[in-house]
Amino acid sequence: MYAQLVETGAKRLKTLEEMSPEEREFQLKVDAETKIEAKNWMPEGYRKTLVRQISQHAHSEVVGMLPEGNWVTRAPSLKRKLQLMAKIQDEAGHGLYLYSAMETLGADRDEEIDKLHAGTVKYSSIFNYPTLSWADMGTVGWLVDGAAIVNQVVLQRTSYGPYSRAMIRICKEESFHQRQGYQILLDMMREGTEEQKEMVQDSINRFWWPSLMMFGPSDDQSPNSQQSMAWKIKRKSNDELRQMFIDQTVPQLEFLGCTAPDPDLKWNEERGHYDFGEIDWQEFYDVLKGNGPCNKERIETRKNAIDGGAWVREAAKVYAEKKQQKQQNAA
Amino acid sequence: MSKTMTQQEALQEYLLRLADSDMILGQRLCELCGKAPALEEEMALMNVALDLVGQARNWYEYAAELINDGRSADDLAFKRDANRYRNALMVEQPNGDYAVTMGRQFFFDAWHYFTIAALTQAPDERIASIAAKAAKEIQYHLRRSSEWVKRFGDGTEESHQRMQTAVDDLWRFTGEMIEADEVEQQLFKAGIGPDPEQLAADWRGLVNEVLTEATLTPPPEDAWMYRGAKVGHHTEHLGFILAEMQFLPRAYPDAKTW
Amino acid sequence: MADWPLYEVFVRSKHGLNHKHVGSVHAADAEMAMENARDLYTRRNEGVSIWVVPSAAIAASSPDEKEVLFDPADDKVYRHASFYKLPDEVGHM
Repeated sequence: MYAQLVETGAKRLKTLEEMSPEEREFQLKVDAETKIEAKNWMPEGYRKTLVRQISQHAHSEVVGMLPEGNWVTRAPSLKRKLQLMAKIQDEAGHGLYLYSAMETLGADRDEEIDKLHAGTVKYSSIFNYPTLSWADMGTVGWLVDGAAIVNQVVLQRTSYGPYSRAMIRICKEESFHQRQGYQILLDMMREGTEEQKEMVQDSINRFWWPSLMMFGPSDDQSPNSQQSMAWKIKRKSNDELRQMFIDQTVPQLEFLGCTAPDPDLKWNEERGHYDFGEIDWQEFYDVLKGNGPCNKERIETRKNAIDGGAWVREAAKVYAEKKQQKQQNAA
Repeated sequence: MSKTMTQQEALQEYLLRLADSDMILGQRLCELCGKAPALEEEMALMNVALDLVGQARNWYEYAAELINDGRSADDLAFKRDANRYRNALMVEQPNGDYAVTMGRQFFFDAWHYFTIAALTQAPDERIASIAAKAAKEIQYHLRRSSEWVKRFGDGTEESHQRMQTAVDDLWRFTGEMIEADEVEQQLFKAGIGPDPEQLAADWRGLVNEVLTEATLTPPPEDAWMYRGAKVGHHTEHLGFILAEMQFLPRAYPDAKTW
Repeated sequence: MADWPLYEVFVRSKHGLNHKHVGSVHAADAEMAMENARDLYTRRNEGVSIWVVPSAAIAASSPDEKEVLFDPADDKVYRHASFYKLPDEVGHM
């Protein structure tokens, strides 16, 4: 979800018989829910896929700070400002937990970030949508973090130990994010002026479909899912997760007194789930390819921050070396 | 300042200065969200900003109680114009490069550290308890900002130059922080505020020590100083900061909740 | 990361408990590593003490040696108190 369309390099699952002894032993361990740790043998495809998935997830956390950073300077009260700052800070922290997990796989953070800035790796499509009103801080917390949590809760059981532990920590910390967002919307819907209520509905209208896209393409369009599921890097299919999210979100939407911009959204008694309309997949692929409203600005901002900070990091490094030299000379 | 200012009025004025400086520096740090020179610095900057806005809230709440004219802490933060704001000129200066950001932080932290340390001894329990909590936070801020000043000063040639420029440019806003006006004199005499002479001496001592260790040249003490914030005459920057920060409550005056 | 080396972070969550590995941070020096670890891993009162150790300084056992290193302890049941059965009359020991 924060990781969409992760390439595994495998178009077809190998059977146990087709695997090398090492691969077989690895697959049996995964099947038995034994966590894989950094120093364990692992198939190269597994390692590469994980690096892609975790880095995409980490990049998403970091780029995800920007749409909220857009409003943190304009938060309307001291309380809301503090809450939003804490939430954004958590996101930077989650990016760091994930980069740290990724580095246990031998990947280099700088290199992966360079790829992000060069546009050769992805991050979640959702962060390429603009935040146009204060209500978007509510909607992003409620829908976007809500969608992320559905996926992340499942990923706590992912097969790679460091990734799983990072997800456990992230889930624990993120529990307040979704509530924070929902409360922003609820307060405006209950006690707000007509203008504020309109602001809320407008925000939901803009973020509803992009939030559903976060789960990635339909299962029949996800060629990589099967291998990721076998490796237990992914634990539930895109469509399953999307349905879970919709089922839990619609009652919250109704409680707000708002509507979704989907005339086909209705409870299906027979299925025991909500039915919903067709997602505009063209838009999804466009945004993922870089043609979303904010792709260019988001990457530019991140690139400027890191490139512009090169002299800062260099100075700290040189200072540390000088200090060490002085200590050695003194000893 | 009129000579008839009561101690209560002086205290209100002083609380607003403390609150406004915290708030405006917190706001400046918020502007850096997603733009820090390293991910680790995002965490640190936001931590400092959270501390500052949290402290601002505590001071605003107490100020609102004393002023007692129906305005809330939020009203004080979001509904006063620049001429009513009492933050130090230092904190409203733009983020600049990271040497400016850290230089500004260091000059302020050094002032903040000694000021708040004195306030922990205030006979007013409310002030003492807010200060006691803030003091721990500020100690950490000061450690971080002074380390960065040293890293830049004694780092690479480029960072040294940038840091020296930042120190030279920001210097003109330091005088006002450590010069006491009537309000501060009055509060000192009442046993609430810090001893102005002691504060100035402590600040100069620490700043000289850090700048020297950072291999930087401290600007002359008799350099020209920019003044005015204590009577609401700010630099041109503050108006824009407030325009952004106060936008929502101003644009939606009927909104009672957010 | 080319700029700043990696440090492993260990946090003591409560007095009386061991330091536990929680993850890693990048930093130019140990002081910065300590501060970065504090900002990253103890935002919610998770710690009373932090250790940071350069990752390069850690020697780790290899998972391939797991059997060699740890299986020999499997059959040393006499190292556990429950191995020694005493008559009830002796009481708690």
